[in-house]
Parts: sequence; structure tokens; C-alpha cells
Amino acid sequence: MTDAGRHPRITIHTLSEVVGIKGYVGNFDVQIVKKARYVDEKECTACGDCAKACPVVRPDEFNMGLSSRRAIYSPFPQAVPSAYVLNPSECLGNNPVVCSKCLEACEKKCIDFHMSDQTLSVRVGTVVVATGLMPHDPRVLDEYGYTRFENVLTSLEFERLVNAGGPTQGHLLRPTDRKRPKSIGFIQCVGSRSARRGKAYCSNICCMNTVKSTLVLKEHYPDMAVKVFYIDIRAFGKGFEDLYTRSRRQGVHYVRGLPGHVEEMADGRLRVAVENNTGGTLDYYDLDMLVLATGVEPAPSTHKLQEMLGLQLTSDGFFLEAHPKLQPVDAATRGVFYAGCAESPKDIKESVTQASAAAVRAIRLMQADQIAAEAITSEIDQALCKACGKCAEVCPYNAITVDPKKKMPAQVAKAACSGCGTCAAECPFGAITMNHYTDQQIGNQVGTLLADRSAEKILAFACNWCSYAGADYAGVSRLQYPPNVRLIRTMCSGRVDEKFIWQGFAMGAPVILVSGCHIGDCHYINANQWTVKRIEKVRKKMEKRGIRSERLQLEWISAAEGVRFAEVMTRMEQLRRSVSEQEIADTIAILAKDK
Amino acid sequence: MTTPISTISQSAAYQTGSDPRIGVYVCHCGLNIAQTVDCDGVAAAVSGLSGVAIAKGIGYACSEPGQREIRDDIEKHNLNRIVVGSCSPRLHEPTFRQMLIAAGLNPYLLEMANLREQCSWVHMKDPAAATAKALDLVQMAVARARDLAPLVEPKLPMTQRALVIGGGVAGIQAALDMADNGYEVVMVEKQASIGGVMAQLDKTFPTMDCSI
Ligand SMILES: Cc1cc2nc3c(=O)[nH]c(=O)nc-3n(C[C@H](O)[C@H](O)[C@H](O)COP(=O)(O)OP(=O)(O)OC[C@H]3O[C@@H](n4cnc5c(N)ncnc54)[C@H](O)[C@@H]3O)c2cc1C
Ligand code: SF4
Repeated sequence: MTDAGRHPRITIHTLSEVVGIKGYVGNFDVQIVKKARYVDEKECTACGDCAKACPVVRPDEFNMGLSSRRAIYSPFPQAVPSAYVLNPSECLGNNPVVCSKCLEACEKKCIDFHMSDQTLSVRVGTVVVATGLMPHDPRVLDEYGYTRFENVLTSLEFERLVNAGGPTQGHLLRPTDRKRPKSIGFIQCVGSRSARRGKAYCSNICCMNTVKSTLVLKEHYPDMAVKVFYIDIRAFGKGFEDLYTRSRRQGVHYVRGLPGHVEEMADGRLRVAVENNTGGTLDYYDLDMLVLATGVEPAPSTHKLQEMLGLQLTSDGFFLEAHPKLQPVDAATRGVFYAGCAESPKDIKESVTQASAAAVRAIRLMQADQIAAEAITSEIDQALCKACGKCAEVCPYNAITVDPKKKMPAQVAKAACSGCGTCAAECPFGAITMNHYTDQQIGNQVGTLLADRSAEKILAFACNWCSYAGADYAGVSRLQYPPNVRLIRTMCSGRVDEKFIWQGFAMGAPVILVSGCHIGDCHYINANQWTVKRIEKVRKKMEKRGIRSERLQLEWISAAEGVRFAEVMTRMEQLRRSVSEQEIADTIAILAKDK
Repeated sequence: MTTPISTISQSAAYQTGSDPRIGVYVCHCGLNIAQTVDCDGVAAAVSGLSGVAIAKGIGYACSEPGQREIRDDIEKHNLNRIVVGSCSPRLHEPTFRQMLIAAGLNPYLLEMANLREQCSWVHMKDPAAATAKALDLVQMAVARARDLAPLVEPKLPMTQRALVIGGGVAGIQAALDMADNGYEVVMVEKQASIGGVMAQLDKTFPTMDCSI
């Protein structure tokens, strides 16, 4: 921590959040809002005189509310930066008549009530997302009585209680009577491994964290009765099994089974009812204290960043890597990398390993002073362009300039174009060519597919980043689905021009699927919103022409949704079976006539 | 707004002039594909398509011998477009694009058909249908490949500075590694101090030592 604080090339902005990111690899323009600290970060020597003078007492978040602090305080003794911080909503006000005791106490005059929030802009080449974890909140499902019984703690609260720098100087005390507990129980998997009672995944660190805690207890208080209630102990890492064995040898009692019920007795002790999975009996344990091994969830800001950077999430809510095995720290967005628990629950060693990997991946791009940009971009035929302005309206990157009033034909700024192809799909005059995904190429793919036995086939468009990747995931998972679907890959669902759909139906396609990223997950900011509009428009036209509009389907399938991909394909096959030869023939006739 | 340092006109790159001479390679992927899909049959079926100069099955297209075989064919048969029916392009498209560069072709003259993730692995119990689908996908790839044009990637300046969002142990480690290698790092932390959860811990497994 201090190394980072002292490093000449690292600038740390605390109390800060990223509020906007624009641009692309090599040139991200970042907007940061830095909240006012009200204390001069450079001048403050952390002498603490201000806090001594402050009359406001509040629970200390760092100690999980187990101790108190003032309205002006040091986050914790080893904090970086070490400067004190003032919480403006707790402070009695910057009105000298009311208080301002700290102002008087500070000899160096570092406190400034008029400090205001700052907005900073910085240009960077790469981004490492390391937003970490949030412990599961056991208040939501209060089955273990966390909100009702004072002697039920979370594992993080327990950490503070046994920490020499914590509220009790490391002496474990029972909250109700401030006496050392004679017995203690740990409940595993709180908020983990159950979709009903929290999250479906294993949080990875809580088993070993509990094993660690039992060893800490046995070291300090050898005669304390320590019990662990668990489903199974996951001690898979290097050196983990050793620690687990040591814990058992030192007399920690591991009880297989999770408590169904906890009640408080008159003396503040807790009675835990456990169905013992090994013996099949219902056992009761009376304990002085209970610790909930709470699971790990993604940081609350995950969604905001995901939208800002156009990233993807797994169904668990953690950031999704570009490839789970081969690119475990890369985001699908070039120049963005993941480190630590932002990507999945993991321990410190894994977090550090991943962070070093992310650093090297970023350096790999940054070591050259140039970077190759997207080659798959759009091109505008100035002669065909009527300067209507549609393309500029739909471009998510503002990469197109056009002046409809002056009839100045559209132009693409190649460096800003990311290649979604929405402009080409929307241009009413066919003036835009999407390189590598030209109308002719896609038209030929559709034509080839439907040249024979078209009634048996399902034509499906899939975007590269989500739906096509979802199909890959179905493949890797060996999910079996009907074999008559054929995918046409486009970079974005926004590329799927209405004429490809009409061509498909005119050539006898029974059903057509357009699939892309979920709204909000689009790799091209929000290009898929134009897909929605377009599909709605085509469906309306289908109805008008007497073609059943259900035959055109739009589905969102994320890269993590292999199961969903297979389900959608099964549904498409059911739909296809509902379309008769006659219906197909009628459609062909209608479209031939309309032409 | 950043302007590219050198943007080579892409329309110029279109002027290849030459008629397509497509090489089609249907990869067995060991048995991963060949167990369910009749790879050699698919290759034979597309060999007569317009523009296809050569079509064959291949053991592992991505392996060094596989790539060498394709590179040799490019030279021997004067191929100017390559279709590989194999695994997902999301896996090996970069591999084969590199191979094209090594053979002196523009990397965008490649098209892939996904015969593993979309055929053999998901229609394991129906080899006939998997093969029919594979044939369609390869034919569609050939149809697309005929109109592939070389593309040039414009060069953009790289800002040699990194943003690290979050100052927990992961963010700190990433920042130190980059800064020690000479890059400027801007770290953004929501809280009043960096450190994250680890700063709150007492002893940590597996070493049982202090966390800070
Ligand atoms: C109770 C408990 C005990 C544990 N015990 C151990 C142990 O003994 N051994 C072990 O190896 N591991 C242990 N772990 C796991 C360990 O804490 C994690 O592996 C580690 O903290 C992960 O580091 P991180 O940097 O990814 O995330 P974090 O430590 O969560 O850090 C993330 C940082 O990012 C900041 N942040 C979040 N969102 C934003 C945003 N939008 N903008 C700016 N900043 C943001 C946060 O404020 C925080 O400072 C334990 C975890 C818990 C909960
Ligand atoms: S690590 Fe252990 S306690 Fe945590 S969720 Fe997984 S199995 Fe449950």
C-alpha cells in the first residue's frame, strides 16, 4: 500500500469515482469526480488533533461499526493517503458559530470547509478494472438471526474483533457482555451455493477464511470450543489441506450440515439446531457466539462501469472475460483488463497473480507508441449519399458527420468507427459499404443457405460478441440442440439490414432469428437499440403484407448464456414446425408480387 | 478527437483485381469434429464450387504442420483466399490471420466456418445432420470468401498511461507492476484510503501472516 502511495509514477485519487469514459484503446478519455476531503491531503500530518476536538461520534465503518470515530477522522491507522477526512453530512457545519472546533485545533491549518468536489479529465491508453468485492449482506435473509441477536457476527466483523488494531485490541469479546466466549460456531456458505438463499456460486474464500479463523482462535485460546457447520470444506489450493488438517488436529469440531434454526437463550447464548448429514440426527448446540461465513458478491458499481465501458457480465454478476481459459484477464473491449474479485471471488494470492497478468497485458499494448485500430469500418459512397443524416443519427460513436441542410454528404471518421455496421443497415440509399460484412457478402450467405431445402432450415443472425459467443458456450458445454439452425455472424445485430430478412423470406425461409447482446450490454454502446426498432418495423410490414410476424424473432443471448442459446434454438425449431409448406409458398408469392 | 497517424486509403486496397482462388480446409480437430462430421466428404462436396481452387480435409489446421500445409498450398496453387472449417473464429481467427500474413496474404482474406462449436459438439447424436449443416456452413463461407477484400488497420497513437479503477490489493499490484515498468498510472479509489478488504483482515491464509 505505502509503495503505491509513494511511487513517483502512481497518482492516487481517493474519494473518487469514474463518471465517464469515451474513446477506445490507446485513447480513452476519462472523467473522474473527486469528492472534497475538506482536509489538505498533502499538508495533513495525521496528528489527530482535529479528531480529538470533534464532538460528533459516529460508528466506524472500517471496524464494521464495532467502534466509533469522529466526523473528522483517519480511515484507519495505515491508510494511504494518511490524511484525515471530514464527512460533510456528519459535521455540525462549516458555521463557526455552531462548531468548527477542528479548524481551531489544526495548527497547520489544513482544514478547509470550502473545498469543493473536483472533476478531472485524463487520457489513458489502457484500463484495469479492479473494483473488488462486496461481502454478502446477511440482513436480507435473516435466517440465522443476524439482525436479532447481537452475538451473531459476520466473518468480516470477526476479523476486526481478532485484529490487534481493531476495536478490542485483538481480544475476542462477546458483544452482549464483553466477556471472552467459551464456545464459538462458524456457519459456512452464508449467501453462497444456494440460489434461493443468496447466490448459486461458491464464494471460494470463506472455507479457508474460517479454517484460518479457527487456527487463530486455537492459538490464542486453546480451550475454546470451536465448531464449524458446513456442506463440504473446499480446501483446494496450495497449502490449504495442511491448514485444514491442522485445524482438525487442534480439536476444531467440524459438523457436516448447515443450521436450520438459531435461537437466543436468556443468557445471550445461542442455540443452534443442525440436521447432522452424517448421522441423520437433529442435534442442538449451545454456543456463546456465532460467525457467519458470508459470501462474496460483485462491487455495487459493477453495472455502472459495465455500461460505461461496454463490458459484459456473467450470470453471477461478475465481469466476463474475453475467453475463460485463454484470455482470463482481458475484457472483450480492447484495452480493458480485469484484476481481482471484480472478475470472480478469489483469494489474495489469485488476485495478485491476476493483477500482474493484467498489468502485463496492458503493458503489451502500451509498449508501442502506436496501436493498430479497427480495420472493419464503414465507407460512404459520396455519389450515392443524399445527405439525409440517418447514418449520423444511428452511429453510437458520433463517427459520422453530415449536414442535411447544406446537403453535404456524410463522412466517416475512421479512427472513431468501431465497425458495428448499423449505418450501413439504416442507409435508405445503399450508400454505405460495411467493410468485411458487405451487403453482397451477407446476401450471398443467405442465398447459398436457402438455395435448396430451405423449408428445413433456420436462418439465424448472431452478433460476434454475445450471441455467437453464446453459441460457442453451448458448444463448449456440449449442449445438444436441433441441427437445422445456421448462423450468420455479424459484428453487431445492428448490421442486420431489413433487406437480408426480406431476401430470406422471399427465398423460402420458414423462420428467421436475429440475435444480439442484451440491451445495455451492446458491445457498440447502444447499437442494438436500432435493431429493436428495425425488427419492430419489419414485423409491422410483415403483418400488413399478410405474413405472420412471429416468423421473425429477436432474442438477446449473452456470451455466458449457452443454455439460453440452446433453448432459443429449440424454440425456433418448434416455431419452424408451425410454418406449413403452404404458408411459405404464400409468402414467396406475396413478396414476388410486391417486388 | 484523435486523428490516425497514417490512414492508408482502404479503397486502394480493394484493387486486387485477381479472381478468387479459394483454398478450403476442413479440419478434423483430431476426432473433435471428425467423429461426428464427415470432414473429407464436406471438402469433396465443395471442391467443385466456383472460385474453389483446392479443398481438403486436414488433421489439425491450427497445428504447425497444418499451418505449413496451408502456407505451402497458398504458394503452390497461388491461392488468394482461405476458408477454414474448424473451431470457432473467436478462438483461432487470430491464429489463421497470422498464418495468412506469413504467407504474404492480407489477413482479412480469411473466412472461417464453425464446425466444432456449432456442429460436432452440439449434434453429437446425429452425424448426418451435423454433416449437412457443416456442408451448408462451409458453402456459405465460400460464398462470403469470394468477396473478401484486403483491409488495412489504421495506426492510432497509444497513450502510455493506464487507469486503474479500484485500489484493493489487485488494483495496487497492477498499478505497481505497470509503474515499475515505466508507465504512468492513475488510480481511482472510491473510499478515503486505498487497501480494499485486505486492509481490514487480521491474519491471512495460507501463510497466516499479517495482511498489511
Ligand atoms: C472476511 C474475509 C476474509 C478474507 N480472508 C482472506 C485470507 O485470509 N486470505 C486471502 O488470501 N484472502 C482473503 N479474503 C479475500 C480477499 O479479501 C480478496 O481476495 C481481496 O481483497 C481481493 O482484492 P481486490 O482488490 O480484488 O478487491 P477489494 O479488496 O474489494 O478492493 C476493491 C477496491 O476497489 C474500490 N472500488 C470499488 N468500486 C469502485 C469504483 N467504482 N471506483 C473506485 N473504486 C472502487 C473499493 O473501495 C476497494 O478499495 C477474505 C475476504 C473476506 C471478505
Ligand atoms: S468457499 Fe466454502 S463456505 Fe464459501 S461458498 Fe464455497 S463451500 Fe461455501
